[in-house]
Amino acid sequence: MISIEVLVTQISGLQRQDLERWISNQWVRPDGRAGAYAFREIDVARVRLIRELRDEMQVNEEALPIVLSLLDQLYDQRRRMRELGDALRRAAPDEVRRTLARHLADQTGIE
Amino acid sequence: MEDPYKALGVARDASQDDIRRAYRDLAKQHHPDLNPGNVKAEERFKTVSAANELLSDPEKRGKFDRGEIDAAGQERAPQSSYRDYAEGDAGRRYGRSGPKSGGWSAEDLGDMFGSIFNTDHRAKAPVRGRDEHYSLTTDFLDAVNGATKRLTLPDGRTLDVKIPSGTADGQVLRLRGQGGGGGNGSPDGDALIEIHVIAHRYFSRDGQDIRLDLPVTLSEAVLGGPIEVPTPGGPVRMRIPPHSDGGTELRLRGRGVPAHGDRAAGNLYATLRVALGKPDAALEEFLRNWRQERPADPRRAMEAGR
Repeated sequence: MISIEVLVTQISGLQRQDLERWISNQWVRPDGRAGAYAFREIDVARVRLIRELRDEMQVNEEALPIVLSLLDQLYDQRRRMRELGDALRRAAPDEVRRTLARHLADQTGIE
Repeated sequence: MEDPYKALGVARDASQDDIRRAYRDLAKQHHPDLNPGNVKAEERFKTVSAANELLSDPEKRGKFDRGEIDAAGQERAPQSSYRDYAEGDAGRRYGRSGPKSGGWSAEDLGDMFGSIFNTDHRAKAPVRGRDEHYSLTTDFLDAVNGATKRLTLPDGRTLDVKIPSGTADGQVLRLRGQGGGGGNGSPDGDALIEIHVIAHRYFSRDGQDIRLDLPVTLSEAVLGGPIEVPTPGGPVRMRIPPHSDGGTELRLRGRGVPAHGDRAAGNLYATLRVALGKPDAALEEFLRNWRQERPADPRRAMEAGR
């Protein structure tokens, strides 16, 4: 957990006022409240990503919420997939897992 | 280590702007947070970032161009990426269903498994066989009186179709279980047979009644007498009253379509048509000398030309 002051010095090219706007836009959601934010590692990584999207990939702040929303959905799905994989690994007998793998390998995209 | 100019796909004399533009294009394509799980993209992005790190700084670029540093020396220490967290439990913080929700909701389960279970259901649910449609052409009298007709199906099977009496043109008969086979032990479909009735030369049908134009001779019309009337059920003898003009309608009660289901038998209506045939000499002689008491004009009611 780090404070906003530390965070701003850690990420080059990040202006504090930009970060505060991103927080009020809910693009970044640190713990704590205004004046006493506490950033977890994931928040730091997200701030870095937003800065890269904006400054290096030129996704302007108008388009950023769309990109973030799609990314959040993508990661939701990937997390689900991982959880599904974990659950199968724990609960499904080897035979079922082999059968599943065979079916998935046979998918041709139709039905 | 790949040559940084090649990594960015730019010429050695590319401007700083060209380099920045090339890097942005490649970063959009290969940024690992935009390509989670794609190791190739990750490798590519590392190379591209390292190349950009080196070439975007004119001072470093100059050193590299003069051979004072090599490409490898500039690789940045790897930073932990957003995706390292987003995909894990920590990622729920920015998940759509909120930071607190762990585990799968019913909707989540439905989203991922719904299609699987649905397909399963469809495969296992009993599937009633298809109804098959056929058509069968029948004589007028067979439709009125009822008959059994053999229908040969396209697949070579034959069906004995019992046409009930009183069947009308266009009526559809349903033969249960004679259609397509059902799956998983479920019932077969039905055969739906549309009946086409060929028109009769003399009879026509009007609901339960049958109509008929009945030719009579001049003397039968004038003098009356017993005649034989064809009906769907066979000829019936009846007596024509004297002075029955052409157009007179005679009713034979119960001689139309036979009773079927909850419908009573219809009537047969015979409309008399005086048929002269070839007049003989005696008739001609009679008419020449015939002086009518009250001369009649059968066309009086008709307006000329209408």
